[in-house]
Amino acid sequence: MQLIDLFFCFLQIGALSFGGGYAALPLIQEQVVNLNHWMTLTQFTDLISIAEMTPGPIAVNSATFVGIHLHGLLGALVATLGVLIPSVIFVGILGYLYKKYKTMYLLQGVLTGLRPAVVAMIGSAGVTIFLLAIFGTTTFHFNPLAAIIFALAFIVLRWKNLNPIMILLLSGVLGGGIYMALGIL
Amino acid sequence: MEEKKISGKEYWTLFRTMFTLSAFTFGGGYVIVSLMKQAFVDRLGWLDDDEMLNLVAIAQSSPGAVAVNGAMLVGDKVGGIRGAALSIIATVLPPFIILSIISMFYAQFRSNRYVNAFLTGMQPAIAAVIASVVVDLGSKIFKAKKLTFILVMFLAFFANYWMKMNIIIILALCAIVGGTYAVIEKKKGGARNAIN
Repeated sequence: MQLIDLFFCFLQIGALSFGGGYAALPLIQEQVVNLNHWMTLTQFTDLISIAEMTPGPIAVNSATFVGIHLHGLLGALVATLGVLIPSVIFVGILGYLYKKYKTMYLLQGVLTGLRPAVVAMIGSAGVTIFLLAIFGTTTFHFNPLAAIIFALAFIVLRWKNLNPIMILLLSGVLGGGIYMALGIL
Repeated sequence: MEEKKISGKEYWTLFRTMFTLSAFTFGGGYVIVSLMKQAFVDRLGWLDDDEMLNLVAIAQSSPGAVAVNGAMLVGDKVGGIRGAALSIIATVLPPFIILSIISMFYAQFRSNRYVNAFLTGMQPAIAAVIASVVVDLGSKIFKAKKLTFILVMFLAFFANYWMKMNIIIILALCAIVGGTYAVIEKKKGGARNAIN
């Protein structure tokens, strides 16, 4: 019975979380903490920190975490499936419409309007991450090392065709190493 | 969705690329979307900029994780239904495996100072990747030299970043602007044709 509840709970989270990322968090909290009492608020906060520290979409991370917490690996599988199904259905329908009416001038116009919006959203996410990286969250003081890494990474990305994941890993090892050597972290 | 014929080797490249992107992408959906653009447009050349932005717009307009939605669309574009299914699995597997392991060792992981330092060191590079992608895509909008859409870009940024407006509302408004623009252009074109 709990497995079925788990499935429908994450089906709802998958279907209602527009905007991705942290937009899903209040929904997950409502379902998992407030309605179903599967987790305490502390455990939920832990879940957010894990999701921040690990790769992958927050909705998939939460589904796996809550699923394992309640029902082991099977629970994780059921919850993840639940969170994915709405995606597959909606994206499938929209993707089909896009292909079918791609050449229609109205749809072209709509997409022309959406493209700058998408650039703006990516830019907005970028500014948030930039400020977090260079100035930190709580104290808001300038971090010169982070600024240098940002500038170097940006230059390498623009002028060398290096795989960005390599740049991310390099920056993590280098920056992290310097922070630890200086005793900051 | 249509079936496309790409070779087994290309399916493997698709799977491997999606898997790696998902495994190393910390942060929200826009980070992975930026990396997907780098991989599939710049490195592999399977899509062009405009197509990528269209797919991201669709991914963004659907509920669920942007990373999963984007992976499904790019996978379908490249390799049909099989490509889409492969891409979803490749995107979901890394967080699924990692979270399964971490759920069991959470306390130790959280207090590990190496993990903490590594993740903090990576932040500026993530910002640089996104900045680079924004420069690429934004300059495209400027080069089109349509003031309306340059304005749309800045207004959408303002609405999203400062006003924290709901993304669905922003996208809906931009869609209406784009549609209206297309209708007006068509009418103008039609009128011109009538005169000629």
